[in-house]
Amino acid sequence: MTIIALLRRREAGIIVMIVIFSLFVGVLQPRFLTSETLRIVLLAVPLVMIAAMGEMMVIVARHVDLSIGSILGFSSIVAGMLWRDHPGLPVLLGVVAALATGSALGLVNGLVVTIFRLPSIIVTLGTLSLYRGLLFFYSDSRQVDPQYIPRDIIGMSQTSPIFGIPWIIIVACVIALATYFFLDHTRLGRQIYAIGSNPTAAPLRGIRAAPVTILVFVISGALAGVAGVLYASRFGYVNPGITGVGFEFTVIAPIVIGGVSINGGVGSVGGTALGVLLLGAVSVALPVLGVSGFWQNAIYGAVILFALVIDRSVRQGGLKGLLARDAA
Amino acid sequence: MTTNLPPSASSQDASKPLWRATLMRPETMTLVLLVAAIIVGSLLSRFFDSLSFILESATYYSEFSIVALVLTLVIISGEIDLSPAAMMALSACLFGSAFQAGVPIGLAMVISIVSGVVMGAFNGFMVLWLRLPSLMVTIGTLTMYRGLAQILAGDRSISKFPTWFVGVDYRELYGVPIPVLIFIFASIVLAVVLGTTILGRQIYQIGTSEVAARYAGIKVRRIKFMLFVSMGVVSAICGLIATSRLASVRYDLASGGELQMVLIVMLGGTYIFGGRGTILGTFIASWLLVIIATGMTVADIPVTYQLTVMGLLLIVSIISTNLIYSRNQA
Amino acid sequence: MFKRLTQLGLSLGLAVAGAAVAHAADKVSIVYIPKNTGNPYFDSLEKGFQDGCAKLGCTFDAQAPATADATSQIPFITAQTQRGVSVIAISPNSPDALNQVLDRARERGILVLAVNGDLVGNLQHRDAGILPVDFTKTGPGQVELLGSEIGYKGDIAILSATTDAPDQNTWIAAMKDVLAHNPKYAKMKLLTIAYGDDDPQKSTTEMEALIQKYPTLKGVISPTTVGVAAAAQVIETAGKAKQITLTGLGTPNQMRPFIKDGTVHAIQLWSPYNEGLLTAYFAVGVKSGAIKNSPGTTFEVPGLGTVTIGPDHIINTQAELTTFDESNIDKYNF
Repeated sequence: MTIIALLRRREAGIIVMIVIFSLFVGVLQPRFLTSETLRIVLLAVPLVMIAAMGEMMVIVARHVDLSIGSILGFSSIVAGMLWRDHPGLPVLLGVVAALATGSALGLVNGLVVTIFRLPSIIVTLGTLSLYRGLLFFYSDSRQVDPQYIPRDIIGMSQTSPIFGIPWIIIVACVIALATYFFLDHTRLGRQIYAIGSNPTAAPLRGIRAAPVTILVFVISGALAGVAGVLYASRFGYVNPGITGVGFEFTVIAPIVIGGVSINGGVGSVGGTALGVLLLGAVSVALPVLGVSGFWQNAIYGAVILFALVIDRSVRQGGLKGLLARDAA
Repeated sequence: MTTNLPPSASSQDASKPLWRATLMRPETMTLVLLVAAIIVGSLLSRFFDSLSFILESATYYSEFSIVALVLTLVIISGEIDLSPAAMMALSACLFGSAFQAGVPIGLAMVISIVSGVVMGAFNGFMVLWLRLPSLMVTIGTLTMYRGLAQILAGDRSISKFPTWFVGVDYRELYGVPIPVLIFIFASIVLAVVLGTTILGRQIYQIGTSEVAARYAGIKVRRIKFMLFVSMGVVSAICGLIATSRLASVRYDLASGGELQMVLIVMLGGTYIFGGRGTILGTFIASWLLVIIATGMTVADIPVTYQLTVMGLLLIVSIISTNLIYSRNQA
Repeated sequence: MFKRLTQLGLSLGLAVAGAAVAHAADKVSIVYIPKNTGNPYFDSLEKGFQDGCAKLGCTFDAQAPATADATSQIPFITAQTQRGVSVIAISPNSPDALNQVLDRARERGILVLAVNGDLVGNLQHRDAGILPVDFTKTGPGQVELLGSEIGYKGDIAILSATTDAPDQNTWIAAMKDVLAHNPKYAKMKLLTIAYGDDDPQKSTTEMEALIQKYPTLKGVISPTTVGVAAAAQVIETAGKAKQITLTGLGTPNQMRPFIKDGTVHAIQLWSPYNEGLLTAYFAVGVKSGAIKNSPGTTFEVPGLGTVTIGPDHIINTQAELTTFDESNIDKYNF
């Protein structure tokens, strides 16, 4: 039962997994256990971390947003084209434009889901394709080349305001902390949990589910927009056919691992952040170990399934309850 | 999901005139769209009006359409399966690898079908015995199956199959390519099963209210498990058809196909929450997709429009299906 | 809702139908199918086609699939066959999945040309291959460039596209060969080959792993445009430009900032524009009967001089790679 108790504190479980994994890799390849690795892992995760904070809120509210990859792509293209076509304007305007684009696309998701009472999975499966199509239109299928990405933006991945920590990591930490504060210490945040854990009871407790749900989608879109700017910063260019493609699974996997229940109402910022770090470490370790990248998908899939089973067994009170036969 | 509506087969409300009930069915919408798409397609390009060309193009979509037929049953029963495209890839890669390793081609085909059974059964086990939501389970298995295909085949393509195996899409019967014939045949069989048999009624009942179905003595778990296994088998078969058509197989076979399959089923008016939908709708929707994609491609309309139109269609179709059903309820 | 959608479709349709009629004339019509849309490399190639057709009086159109999947080009080939174009030029996404559709196109008298990449192992399914340079010289050319920058000595690595990319594998095989057998490169040691799958994220991770795994690493060759751009970004971010010399195949627009700020000294490539131009001249020549499509035949292309059809119907647009460095990079825009 102690293992179950430990697993109940999902965060503790993930920390143990990260430590075991790092030691395992470190034994095989001692160069893995250096501060350089930490730097690479920390540089690799901010994009996922930021988008995961938004997606996590959506999942806590018992929805899902599959369109964030396309939203990320759209936002970064909008910012990139602004920088390219209007070099005189302040760089910050591009960031604002990306944020606005992300929020607007998230708003559309939220409106369609709430007004027509449709399952968000199908709606966002549709907007995943729709937004990508519109993004090709908007960009005329042209990529924004590296020379047009402002040096200040590139510099966010390289320069540091304090302790040698690059800006993008600081941005990710600030957003994670803000999400924690919002979800755990504001009334609105707790309403999101209430809607997710029992959508039918929420209105009875005076919670207006529709506006809160829409807000959650808007936040998710806006954060995908921020991730879009960071994409431009980290990779130095933006391409309509590449940027953000397949990003949704990269984001959802660590959230599920982090203990956010896809049945809504359950999940913590800490668990999500640790989930992101764990998968970040895995993705950095695979090439260091010389493991073919082919393994990555299979590992991701297996990890999602594993996390689902763990999640279920914790709620069923151990593995015995897990396989209990039901009425039929 | 918790409403206790009669199954779709009898949902034509007796109080309304028959023509209204017929008009208000989602399949009718799909049919109207299909006719409109054919007219627009002919206007768009003078190269469009050729039956042999459309049938040839239909072979490119027939694999997804065949899977979508079975997926219709799964969705009517209140579950979903997003992993069939990945199952197609993994079973086809198993087939290719086995063949390349010297296994006789017939046995390699058996291996691929068996792998379909195993993958479908695994999905079913996770959903029905561990009682995990099918949506998340199949998102997980979609990633995992695709990943296993990648580990198995790397990114090389396996080819050099014997000539009799290759080119099933160029074999014709009465001018209709074999994969399209399979699709039509499967549509008829499944329509009969769903529309006239006890099993069909039970599938609707499970989707309408699982609890009620269970009290009525329906073996819910057994039927759903059979549906998941069928998904695996049909995916494996379609994986083989695709391999034959392409004369080669790679791990990225049918990548992104899950979106198209769900699109077809939704477009055909099947209710995402289960309990309603018909094979006829899926059948018409398959042709709609073929006509739209083919029409736009032959008219040299850039692919960006195609992505946009597909996304819009999916959203519009679920909104309208939802509205129609909620109006019927009132 | 549906009505509005249909109206939209109709008005759209009428506009395009008008354009389609123009094809009907007796001119040679060329359609080019690149790997995927949104790829800046192919924009430049299309420009070459357009300029060629403007001079020759052929009609030109480019139709790109959304993704570079092995099968994504198939519906496009069938549709263009149905349209009855005279020439299909294609940069194939797969060396073998297209065989049957291409054969069908050729049965209907369409000239099928592989451009920029060939149907390796399936050459009989196309009429000719137009490749930018002699691919047997690409690998040695890259090794020489890197060698000259690092003094022909030190540990090096290769960051490639996918493990099965036919062109990259041809080049890498030649690189290995020249490193092993040419005494000039005896002191250059190839440590490993990493694969970034032509995905920016994956290429970045692989490049970071290379730097971390091999502290003695002095040089990296990345013979793929996505890989070389990602590698340059990694070196710049890690501040390793002084330790690690990077070269590879990259487009000037993609690599300009890195060459200007000294992260990278030189990269190589060829002119995609000339590939389009040459293909247009070749296609029109063959269709009009002026050029006989058999090895050994020569023909003239304005600006490129005399071109020879080589063995296996392979035509090269230029003999050697073009090297881009600080002195000349501003002269190129693609």
